[in-house]
Amino acid sequence: MTLHIVVTAKQVVDPETPTSAFLIENNKVTTSTSFAPVINGYDEQAVEAALRIKEALGDVVITVLSCGSSFALDVIKKPLAMGADNLILLQDNAFDNLIDPTLVIRALTSAIQKIGDVDLVISGRQASDWDNALVPMGIAELLDWPVATIARKIDVIGNTVKVERVLPDGYEIVETTLPAVITVSNELGSPRYPNMRGIMGARKIQPTIWEINDLGIEYQSTEIAMELISLEKPIKSIETELIQGEDEADAGRKLALRLREERII
Amino acid sequence: MTKALVIGEMLNGELGAATFEGIAAARILDCSNVAVMIAGASIELAAEQAIFAGADQVFTISQGPAADGEFDDLINASYKIAKEIEPEIIIGSKTIIGRDVMPRLAFRLGTILVPDCMSLERDAEQRIIVTRPTYGGNVNARIACVGQPVVISLRPKSIDAMGLDQSRSGAINEIEFTSNIRTRIIEKIEEKSEGISLQDAKTVVAGGRGLGGPEAFDSLQELAGILGGAVGASRAACDAGWVPSSFQVGLTGKTVSPDLYIAIGISGASQHMAGCSNAKTLVAINKDEGANIFKEARFGVKGDWEKVIPAFIEQLHELIN
Ligand SMILES: Cc1cc2nc3c(=O)[nH]c(=O)nc-3n(C[C@H](O)[C@H](O)[C@H](O)COP(=O)(O)OP(=O)(O)OC[C@H]3O[C@@H](n4cnc5c(N)ncnc54)[C@H](O)[C@@H]3O)c2cc1C
Repeated sequence: MTLHIVVTAKQVVDPETPTSAFLIENNKVTTSTSFAPVINGYDEQAVEAALRIKEALGDVVITVLSCGSSFALDVIKKPLAMGADNLILLQDNAFDNLIDPTLVIRALTSAIQKIGDVDLVISGRQASDWDNALVPMGIAELLDWPVATIARKIDVIGNTVKVERVLPDGYEIVETTLPAVITVSNELGSPRYPNMRGIMGARKIQPTIWEINDLGIEYQSTEIAMELISLEKPIKSIETELIQGEDEADAGRKLALRLREERII
Repeated sequence: MTKALVIGEMLNGELGAATFEGIAAARILDCSNVAVMIAGASIELAAEQAIFAGADQVFTISQGPAADGEFDDLINASYKIAKEIEPEIIIGSKTIIGRDVMPRLAFRLGTILVPDCMSLERDAEQRIIVTRPTYGGNVNARIACVGQPVVISLRPKSIDAMGLDQSRSGAINEIEFTSNIRTRIIEKIEEKSEGISLQDAKTVVAGGRGLGGPEAFDSLQELAGILGGAVGASRAACDAGWVPSSFQVGLTGKTVSPDLYIAIGISGASQHMAGCSNAKTLVAINKDEGANIFKEARFGVKGDWEKVIPAFIEQLHELIN
């Protein structure tokens, strides 16, 4: 039987964007256009995890699901180039700049139900813009599916999923049954680079686009639990003392002396 | 009367910092009744501690899967308590437990978690206002929590615990709920490094991609040895496999707050700083003068670590023996 995996993927501001390039305009975080968006790094790892399952089991279909108000197609199609089979974009202005992700969770959940035969949802552990780590948990609760988080390895054996979960000092092996939601962490390893064949293949695949009206969501704005008051860049007010020396080694010695002088060591 | 429910945690058989911080947060918000849930084997003493720390009522789970740390039952238990006492606010922590339990508890209660709060207050209309970092720490958001109930998680170590008051008293009750485990822990594999733990160390010597390979971490071990500290790392160094992921400091690694943090070959990305910016004194050694770490450090040396560190170690030997 075919195993159908949905991978959720979010298009985000590149987290490697230098701090100074983050701008706040009208209570919205932006960067200048010279910084292209990326797929959330952990979501690329989620794609990688799905591809590894596909390599292990063979009969696996991978559908990538993304929710947003607008997409850079060359960016969001990267999972297809990596080897995913389908791409569904939930694209609607209603998803623009939401602080409270409840609507996004409803939309993704409805889409998963609409797809119908999904066995496994794999998501990145959190998105690098809001760092919420809420969406996969919300999908699991709405679908009433079990969850395993922060995975570094996923094994699907029949109807059972075995996951290695990263812990602060080691890891644990947890087990659950399909259908389930699993979130992955960077300890899984780097996502693969798309090869030429993958890139060519991805060009031919057109994403399916669903708008909010296609999803049959009942949602009232009164359900919102978070209202944004303001966004601010944290103020750093430290004065840095650069230790000078005749050469680098001398600066190292002077650093030790200076720390002793200040009774820090 | 405003009620709060704190989803407390045990740590190594004792009441964990998450519990103390959660109770303190409830008091900051002027909650007049603070209930705490804790789970673990032999927790009578911890329950009493929670009362001394400011709780009015403690719900305990002293046996079964929840006491063993199974998330599914921690959620089932906390959901039951929340339904029973109907708190205005539920407070947890962004720990390894809270990361799983808090969002799912909130969804089950029909609302959504406001995660990773660093500070909280009430506005003129008595709404709960929190400040939380976003974009890896590049931007702080002030958010009015308007859910019913309000469910938040605190960033560990961002709220000060209150002192213990041994004269306080309160009810301690074991709770009953229906167990339902769907994701089960099969085995835990500990990879604890020897010596002082990263989180407790007064000095942390951390290395990043700039160290160029695993061998350099030997020098960092030596340095940590002299200073009586522990070794940490950036995610880049962990991802490269130079040190285990348990060394990672940062947003998705460990939060440390030592007296002294020495960052070597680390650029100072906001996600890294999220784990170490509470250090009393931060020292940066980096060959790039423009590195962000210099904007956050009290002392800096611009230079190649291969030249700076041996001389630094040599001088320390002279000073410290
Ligand atoms: C959602 C998310 C979560 C993240 N969580 C974490 C986290 O928890 N912890 C974390 O650390 N990162 C985290 N990151 C990654 C983070 O954004 C950075 O990519 C990472 O911290 C960079 O590590 P680094 O400073 O070691 O490497 P780099 O940024 O590559 O910096 C290396 C530095 O070494 C210096 N250098 C090079 N050679 C030498 C030399 N010979 N001597 C001295 N200096 C030298 C360079 O000048 C440079 O500044 C996260 C990212 C995301 C998107």
